[in-house]
Amino acid sequence: MIKTLDLVPVLPEIFMAVAGLALLMLGVFRKEDNTRPISVLVILVLGAAMMLVSSLGAEKHLAFNGLFVADRFAGFAKGLVLLASAFSVAMSLQYLEKERIGRFEYPVLVLFATLGMMMMVSANDFMSLYLGLELQSLSLYILAAYQRDSLKSTESGIKYFVLGALASGLLLYGVSLLYGFAGTTSFEGLHNVFAGGDGHHVKPGLGIIAGLVFVVAGLSFKLSAVPFHMWAPDVYEGAPTPVTSFFAVAPKIAAICLFVRVMTGPFGDLVEQWRQVVVFISIASMFVGAFAAVVQTNIKRLMAYSSIGHVGFILVGVAAGGELGIQGVLIYLAIYLFMNLGTFAVILSMRQKGRLVEGISDLAGLSKTNPVMAFIMAALMFSMAGVPPLAGFWGKFYVFMAAIEAHLYTLSILGILSSVVSAFYYLRIIKIMYFDDAAEPLDRPVGRSMALVMAVSTLVILAFTLVPAPLVTGAKAAAAVLFPAAG
Amino acid sequence: MNDWPLLSLTTFLPLLGALFILTIRGETEVVARNARAVALLTSLATFIVSLFIAVKFNGASPDFQFKETANWFPGTTIAYSMGVDGVSMWFVILSTFLTPICILSSFGGVKVRVKEYMVAFLILETMMVGMFCALDLVLFYIFFEAVLIPMFIIIGVWGGARRVYAAFKFFLYTLAGSVLMLLAMLVMYFEAGTTDIPSLMAHSFPFALQQWLWLAFFASFAVKVPMWPVHTWLPDAHVEAPTAGSVILAGVLLKMGAYGFIRFSVPMLPDASVYFTPLIYTLSIVAVIYTSLVALVQDDMKKLIAYSSVAHMGYVTIGIFSMTTQGVEGAIYQMLSHGVVSGALFLCVGVVYDRMHTREINRYGGLATRMPLYAAVFMLFTMASVGLPGTSGFVGEFLVLLGVFQVNSWVAFFAATGLVLGAAYMLVLYRRVIFGRLTREDLKTILDLDMREVAVFVPLILVVIWMGVHPSTFIEPMHASVAKLIDNYELARAAHEGLSVAAR
Repeated sequence: MIKTLDLVPVLPEIFMAVAGLALLMLGVFRKEDNTRPISVLVILVLGAAMMLVSSLGAEKHLAFNGLFVADRFAGFAKGLVLLASAFSVAMSLQYLEKERIGRFEYPVLVLFATLGMMMMVSANDFMSLYLGLELQSLSLYILAAYQRDSLKSTESGIKYFVLGALASGLLLYGVSLLYGFAGTTSFEGLHNVFAGGDGHHVKPGLGIIAGLVFVVAGLSFKLSAVPFHMWAPDVYEGAPTPVTSFFAVAPKIAAICLFVRVMTGPFGDLVEQWRQVVVFISIASMFVGAFAAVVQTNIKRLMAYSSIGHVGFILVGVAAGGELGIQGVLIYLAIYLFMNLGTFAVILSMRQKGRLVEGISDLAGLSKTNPVMAFIMAALMFSMAGVPPLAGFWGKFYVFMAAIEAHLYTLSILGILSSVVSAFYYLRIIKIMYFDDAAEPLDRPVGRSMALVMAVSTLVILAFTLVPAPLVTGAKAAAAVLFPAAG
Repeated sequence: MNDWPLLSLTTFLPLLGALFILTIRGETEVVARNARAVALLTSLATFIVSLFIAVKFNGASPDFQFKETANWFPGTTIAYSMGVDGVSMWFVILSTFLTPICILSSFGGVKVRVKEYMVAFLILETMMVGMFCALDLVLFYIFFEAVLIPMFIIIGVWGGARRVYAAFKFFLYTLAGSVLMLLAMLVMYFEAGTTDIPSLMAHSFPFALQQWLWLAFFASFAVKVPMWPVHTWLPDAHVEAPTAGSVILAGVLLKMGAYGFIRFSVPMLPDASVYFTPLIYTLSIVAVIYTSLVALVQDDMKKLIAYSSVAHMGYVTIGIFSMTTQGVEGAIYQMLSHGVVSGALFLCVGVVYDRMHTREINRYGGLATRMPLYAAVFMLFTMASVGLPGTSGFVGEFLVLLGVFQVNSWVAFFAATGLVLGAAYMLVLYRRVIFGRLTREDLKTILDLDMREVAVFVPLILVVIWMGVHPSTFIEPMHASVAKLIDNYELARAAHEGLSVAAR
């Protein structure tokens, strides 16, 4: 049964693991503070990993006896994850140095977390899925509590750890139920069982359904989808801001891609069973995200609810399923990445006299004190609200297009109305920046890496409408591999 | 210059100007002066380019002209597709005509953040023109929604005391309506397999589906028109917006809803349009009578004109859904006329507001003594608003009444009462502001129109009289398009009737 040990598809992951260990040693053995060189090296490693991923080509490769799969979908997801992590490290450096909490472990932990995410999106079996998920989660728990002298940060680390462990427990329980009733943990094996092509057709009994629900619940925790979202606002607020910016993007992308693979792969033929669950989670996330954000005063908490809302919209695409739905999810994720990175670059630049501020009202009058940054933030907020012609609109457009194609009319109507509610709080930020009188101005200049991230993300947000083809075709090709029958 | 992409040029020229203004650096005063000059020149150039559209337009053909197409979103039929027919062509001209006037008129009123103001206005112009030219559902939606961004900023930054409330109300009301339209557009896409507007006009949707689609489109357009009872954002937005913002709002933005009815609801969903015509008639009559009565008791000049806009747009919706040649042409004519006249009325308010910084009617009186020129200009536009023969307002209202009388004389009767009420509130406004004794101390030094203001009003006066005296200049080119609209509508109706007869 043992196939030849083909390690080529795992090359990016192996490279990252080796590089992570090497950098860890380098950090330990060099005496002086070396956050900066190691951060730069981590960014280079992430960049090299991205090149390795892209060099794998379009074919589907399996490794480790089918535990690991590298295909176009994984490649697309890995590209986004690596991009998000690299930008996050770049944005963190300035903060860590200014707050004097820079230690070389920070970039290395980000690297290991990213490695975990790469494993997640390439998982082809519940065992390898759990492996990747835990590597990611453990690194993230430490990162949340990274500012160890701050009560809020340690609290958020503990909270994240306890709830995350609970979620992992739920997930494992679900997997064990599935194994007990279906006899395998392999995605392909499960798919064959449910498709009935393996000779011994198993009608999805109560045990399978219960297992499915537990798996969905466990993964929803990682997605911070309602009703498993309670940790997100506290962790987002408590964690150091660069960590929050990392949390909001890379792990979300990995978890959603994982969710998509699980739902379309092994459970692809149980759509009728899981769709109602996903529809409920999606609607609940959109509404909680929209209404709870209205009353927030801390911008990091606001971003937590905003990301809960975005996850709800992304789940609209998952619920719709099909190639169009998954294409929509991937387009949404790519745009979400740039919107969030840009917004967090602005949040990380919110300093008054060297002190970091987090109140939404601290942005008052930004259009007068720093017109360029106000313009960038306004573009990002309009984009998040989904107002055309900005990119955020197209993310919503594609997922709702898929939902309409799948005849999910109630979901579409409720979802799109919740986007009007969420527009309210994004507009509130614009109102504070443009209509209110200037409070104390924010410090200038904002630093090169921040300016770079802001410029890149704004450019993407503005230019996507003009040149949509690369992303749209890329996402389409990536989504197509999940539906081999259709393509 | 035959193969120039005239429509894209008209659409994106203002954007180019806006980008250029963004690069202006230097002292605040110099920047403001340069931004004003660039904005005015750009918008004038755009107007001149758009005149080429009118000149080269072939009025005998009912088809879309100056078509441009380019691929846009791979894997879908969504394309960058532009074109105008006899209906939309006039709205393009209306937009490009009003924008330079607005920019010129705000030279006096807007003193802070001039650069941003001009940028916002030019972006707004791009979005408006693009919306009237779009021949693709999604492209239309993009422009339709994108208008909200600059308008939100214009009301919120340069508006009056309650500007924040008004800006939010405007944005959220309109957004809530249009997102439902987006879903309807997606349903249409999957039903017909295309987003191309001319193809969709030829497609016939099942009646049950038409009803839902019609309601979704109605949600968006009714807010935009605005129809009673979803008109409440309009008085707030008008009162708080800066003068030029009100002009564009009344002049062009309100027309977007009615244009939507003509472009989407009636040709694409004819059976549902018939089915819902009584609803439209009822809401429109309520709008005409109720808002006219509300206008009678206003103390704020801008609010009064805002309510009169709702009433005038009531005629437009009645005219469109009468589905007779006169009715539809009258509705379009009324829209063009209202665009110019109500814009001019807001400018008239702006003139005295710039001097006295109040819009309260009671604070004025007897202005004729100090401002004879102003009184004459105001008089002309008041008469045009009332619908005096010889002005543009008369033609539109008369045609609408003529059209609807053939279909339903009761509707015509109720709509006609609005004419009387309209005359009442406009004349009351005029009397209270212009006539009487000049008693207030601060009014005794008020100055008459200066050269810049005269330059603003002259083109408006010429157009109003031209439209009143020689309407065929404007009606001829739209004949063929309106005839095609009504023919297709009758055909679709006949097919539907035939089906229901056969089903029996």
